[in-house]
Amino acid sequence: MSRPMGDSHKRFLQTMMRNGIISSVQAKALYRHCCETHGAHYLPDKLEEFIDVINTTLQPMFMHIRKGSSEEDGAQHYALVNMAETDITRMSSDYADNELELFRKTMDMILDTENGIVSSTDLLNCADRLQTKKMKKKETEHVLNKFVQDKWLNEKQGEYTLSTRCIIEMEQYIRKVYQDLIRLCYVCHNIVLQGQICENPDCGIKMHYYCVARYFKGRIDPHCPSCSIFWAHEIPEIQSEPQSQSSSARETATPAPSTSTTRRSRRL
Amino acid sequence: MSQNKRAASQNRRSQVVLDEDDEGSLTQPSVSQVHKARENFTPVQVDRKVAEVVQFILIKDQKKVPVRRADIVKHVIKEYRILYQDIMKRADRTFEQVFGLKLVEIDSKNHVYILTNRLEQSRDEPNGMCPGNTKTGLLFVILSVIFMKGGSVKETLVWNTLKKLRVDAGEKHEEFGDVKKLITDEFVRQKYLEYVRIPHTEPLEYEFRWGQRAVSEVSKLKMLQFIAELHDQEPQSWTLQYREATSTENNLR
Ligand SMILES: [Zn+2]
Ligand SMILES: [Zn+2]
Repeated sequence: MSRPMGDSHKRFLQTMMRNGIISSVQAKALYRHCCETHGAHYLPDKLEEFIDVINTTLQPMFMHIRKGSSEEDGAQHYALVNMAETDITRMSSDYADNELELFRKTMDMILDTENGIVSSTDLLNCADRLQTKKMKKKETEHVLNKFVQDKWLNEKQGEYTLSTRCIIEMEQYIRKVYQDLIRLCYVCHNIVLQGQICENPDCGIKMHYYCVARYFKGRIDPHCPSCSIFWAHEIPEIQSEPQSQSSSARETATPAPSTSTTRRSRRL
Repeated sequence: MSQNKRAASQNRRSQVVLDEDDEGSLTQPSVSQVHKARENFTPVQVDRKVAEVVQFILIKDQKKVPVRRADIVKHVIKEYRILYQDIMKRADRTFEQVFGLKLVEIDSKNHVYILTNRLEQSRDEPNGMCPGNTKTGLLFVILSVIFMKGGSVKETLVWNTLKKLRVDAGEKHEEFGDVKKLITDEFVRQKYLEYVRIPHTEPLEYEFRWGQRAVSEVSKLKMLQFIAELHDQEPQSWTLQYREATSTENNLR
């Protein structure tokens, strides 16, 4: 332990534990709140250093506050991650066996799509075939709802995606288990589930919607950054700056358009 | 109440004594046994065990479920049980130094622990980052009623007080759901409240008292100051409560 934790760090960590994940806007507000509550010196642009102190102390506990982006709009988030168990056994104290199986299946299905989205119909069908214990429609809906509330999945009009928290927390697990399925974004090099894919079958690079939006901003004639073929997708609008929006509003904001136009059968 | 409280603080003070109980092999090891065990395990192995115990208790605490020593041994410590005291001491230090929490033994006979918060509740946590905050408000009201009434109150008084705040125990509340269940079940399981039958009552009557977690987490002095502010008075004007609050304050710190 290089620098000891003050009460301000402890309060920050406690709030992280209660929430699991917070947006960077929230993190900044919380950092300030913690410093002010405990009379610690507050330096507006030193959030990263503040978190570093916590992370150094957390290391022997195999825990870590990790930064990641929302797939919806690229907004930065901080999640408290358990490094000891990177797979979904981390969730095992909260869910029954068949619920965990449903979550595994959900991840399988989402990772196997091109756009990172799975419909509730598909999930209901899947729940009917669980090996541990089948689930009725009502029960499945209830469990899916729980996954959303506990911030493991996002839901929009009956379509499910992996949440930011899930991707940050389970990154290692996803990279290991779905090695052959995951794609890395051409622009930001992070895992990309929801995004656009180059039409050229020999290229097929994938980018997040928000990375596409930023990359092609102001270009009338967009071309693939890798193979230079014409980028045949609708270019999403850049969403407003993260700072100007509250995180909860962003969490529920509609995703960048054009998901339906890009859906095609899976290319092997 | 005062008796109850004394018992509680005694519990807290009592050492973790490893006596013969249902875990059988958990007898107090001799000094030389412990020394020998320390040589058998590398520091890295022991560090890892401490981390596992910390994680295990943190997960239980997220649901505010008390942890039994038997479970810690059975699920985590296992073959390291001879170092139980070492490991728990270090886990406790970790809770204090890293998380601002404190491990409190609430039942020294069956060795049951809870984590209590050493940081004071702050009422103005920024933008909705404190889920369960409204429940905390409800709990605060109940605890203060009990405290101001001398340590225990009949349940009817609590229900009537809440009714005045438009929280009806008989109805489903949009925020709390089943209010009665939240108070008599969840808060009780979390050790914030005790809900006990009053002997020799017909029909059955129940009363509320402060639970162990409330005793070690909630400052009576802060509570009294808050109530005094509401009434625009000095805390000292409630002589009994003030005396009790100031004396427990000294015990807590
Ligand atoms: Zn990207
Ligand atoms: Zn291309």
